[in-house]
Amino acid sequence: MRGTPENTEGPMLHQVLFFIFGAICIAGALNLLLQKHPINSALSLIVVMGSLALLYLLLGAEFVAAVQVIVYAGAIMVLFVFVIMLLNAGEEDLTRGSRIAILLGVPAVAAITGLVVYTLIARSGDLGRLSIGDYYVKTQELGISLFREFLLPFEITSVLILIAIMGAVVLARREH
Amino acid sequence: MVPLSWYLVLAAILFIIGASAFLIRRNIITIFMAIELMLNAVNLTFVAFASRWHHVSGQVFVFFVMVVAAAEAAVGLAIIIAVFRSRETLNVDYVNLLKL
Repeated sequence: MRGTPENTEGPMLHQVLFFIFGAICIAGALNLLLQKHPINSALSLIVVMGSLALLYLLLGAEFVAAVQVIVYAGAIMVLFVFVIMLLNAGEEDLTRGSRIAILLGVPAVAAITGLVVYTLIARSGDLGRLSIGDYYVKTQELGISLFREFLLPFEITSVLILIAIMGAVVLARREH
Repeated sequence: MVPLSWYLVLAAILFIIGASAFLIRRNIITIFMAIELMLNAVNLTFVAFASRWHHVSGQVFVFFVMVVAAAEAAVGLAIIIAVFRSRETLNVDYVNLLKL
């Protein structure tokens, strides 16, 4: 399927896969929002990241999908779960929100969501369409772009990582 | 064939849920996870636009976002551990003094 200009996918394949994994994404995100215990939130965030990796595969970004699973769902979330267990975080005690926050907040979120969704759907025709296999990035192209076009940002991020390592060690060290 | 706007709508909904979780939740670790959710929503937008315009830059940017997210998670969790050591709580409502 890759590289062919002809649209070889089934008529509904992309839509069906998009709806399945998009629904899993939104369900996981809502579960993160609604669960009381942080470990449940962490596990639902891992679900969101896994289904996002599958959406990246649909978009032809297979290396990004692999890095998403290894770095995000693997390394970063393991760090989160480790800290939750280290600090023995229990269920959070919800402080009572003021009534005006609920009265204004829920309609505000609904209005913003509706506005964004309406704007994007209304301009849908101008934004174009995507199909599976239409654009497929080889890891080689990604590496060439990263080390030629984006060499300076790459070096700066390596300095950032170094500073973050030192900062994490200094901050988490037990003071005497 | 899926319109690009569907991916953008999905990313926007994920971002809004992340922002709501950031504002509603009181556990500092969950607040950090909400930030990660928002970064993931932005990554989905980047990859969708990279696929639409047939340009690899969007995917390279996703790597930079991931690097910043990893650095932020490491430093942020170290700060959380330091805060928990000095205050014995993870609830942000009780972390309201600059100095103990």
